[in-house]
Amino acid sequence: MPSIRKPSVIPGFGLSLGFASFYASLIVFIPLAALFAKAFTLTWDEFWRTALDPQAVASYKLSLGAAFIGAGVNLIFGFIVAWVLVRYHFFGKKVVDALVDLPFALPTAVAGIALTALYAPQGWLGQWLSPLGIKVAYAPLGVVVALTFIGLPFVVRTVQPVLEELEREIEEAAASLGASRWHTFRKILLPAVLPALLTGFALSFARGVGEYGSVVFISGNMPFKTEITPLLIVTKLEQYNYAGAAALAVVLLGFSFVLLLLINMLQYWSSKRTGG
Amino acid sequence: MAGAVSSLGRRGARINDAISEPFWVRWTLISVALVFLALFLVLPLIVVFKEAFSRGASVYFAALTEPDAWHAIKLTLLAAAISVPLNMVFGLSAAWAITKFQFRGKQAMITLIDLPFAVSPVVAGLIYVLLFGAQGWLGPWLAESNIRIIFAVPGIVLATIFVTFPFIARELIPLMEEQGTSYEEASLTLGASGWQTFWRVTLPSIKWGLLYGIILCNARAMGEFGAVSVVSGHIRGQTNTLPLHIEILYNEYQFAASFAAASLLAGLALVTLVVKSLLEWLHVRDREKAVRAALQQT
Repeated sequence: MPSIRKPSVIPGFGLSLGFASFYASLIVFIPLAALFAKAFTLTWDEFWRTALDPQAVASYKLSLGAAFIGAGVNLIFGFIVAWVLVRYHFFGKKVVDALVDLPFALPTAVAGIALTALYAPQGWLGQWLSPLGIKVAYAPLGVVVALTFIGLPFVVRTVQPVLEELEREIEEAAASLGASRWHTFRKILLPAVLPALLTGFALSFARGVGEYGSVVFISGNMPFKTEITPLLIVTKLEQYNYAGAAALAVVLLGFSFVLLLLINMLQYWSSKRTGG
Repeated sequence: MAGAVSSLGRRGARINDAISEPFWVRWTLISVALVFLALFLVLPLIVVFKEAFSRGASVYFAALTEPDAWHAIKLTLLAAAISVPLNMVFGLSAAWAITKFQFRGKQAMITLIDLPFAVSPVVAGLIYVLLFGAQGWLGPWLAESNIRIIFAVPGIVLATIFVTFPFIARELIPLMEEQGTSYEEASLTLGASGWQTFWRVTLPSIKWGLLYGIILCNARAMGEFGAVSVVSGHIRGQTNTLPLHIEILYNEYQFAASFAAASLLAGLALVTLVVKSLLEWLHVRDREKAVRAALQQT
């Protein structure tokens, strides 16, 4: 295939690209195409009626809203965790650093039942919260808690390397010119980590929108109240409403693609900033 | 991993008072971070083991040795044993093509690799149901040929492959990009064949990154719930993986047994984190060694 690539002495172009493309089409591309094909067996009207059904709209609001709040919590606390891990020394820092990745490694079903056990009215945390009138498990707040857990590593892991690479000299210069620490933070540090913070936020948000396993246990799954979009897809599937499930899946994918595009733009912005 | 490397040079640097925060700010921030992590990470982990042993060790071990649990464990291991090696071969060939050559459509390939990360696990299961299910595009043909994919083991394996598809490729591409092609070109110029170059030059230099990708891929493969749940049909003793087994027991109010099964996966997660930290440490050590060797030569 000399026409599509630049010449190179390294062999294996045809084999490696050929296998990778074949495998990717088989596993990802063709099945995803089947989803769109199924969704468009519906007429335009039917598609929108399914997609904009009040129960579906309520589920989008919950999925997007809870994921947004969860990502917001992670934005603030993830930044503090990343800051503490990069800038300060304390006992057990290595263990804490390794533990941050737990939500990546812990299966979502395990996270789901563990969080439910903690926040149920008789649970370790629930027994203190329910007398205060705060209901977490089997309420929208439970969805937020689960999505916060799931998205926790994203902000920490995107901000951490950026904080590590920051030149301390700039802060020294600011200090020697008389800037207060808070002023330096606001004018120099925050702008430098902002793209990474927003990227982490968007990644956490995107992960939360599609999340299923950790949420179904803690949410209680009541239609219009605590039913997330992925669960509604499963419900439609169990009723053999394949086209309906496909329509909702297309909407969910639409949300994800917009977020993915946003993340790519943020990363481009971020690399331009650190490059210049 | 890049973060772990870059922090090394600054380890010895003393904190300068002018560019650090007052003592009380530092300790407030550390406390806030630790309380947040304790609340969201440590407590859920503790509660799994506490609930698992809430009715004694005998109930715990009985829950893990009953036939359905045992079958679920075996199916989980099987799904991981098929999907991880396949994704490894894919990751290696995709990374080779993307990092060693310049070609048109490269960016599209990279986007395609990332795609499964953006797809909800439930949608990942759904696409295979639409393709291979009884009502699916290939359903009638599969029924005629007596092949079962959905509500059977092949569907579970396919769904697992889909959700773990990007892990190894994503780990290898930046690593191999950074290493460039000069070592491979040198090896080839000295007369080594393509395969020899791959085995003796490329593979040793990416081995920690590759292992890193493999353990992350494996952790997700063994723990996947949403995608597998959609394609499995939840047939006990046949198509139940360990995460699905946890769900069934939980919904039947067999909490101790459910958490016992969950404790196995929580243990796997902890082992994954330990191995991951170890690999990061090995990677940094090898880098330092290479830098020191290079410095001695000059």
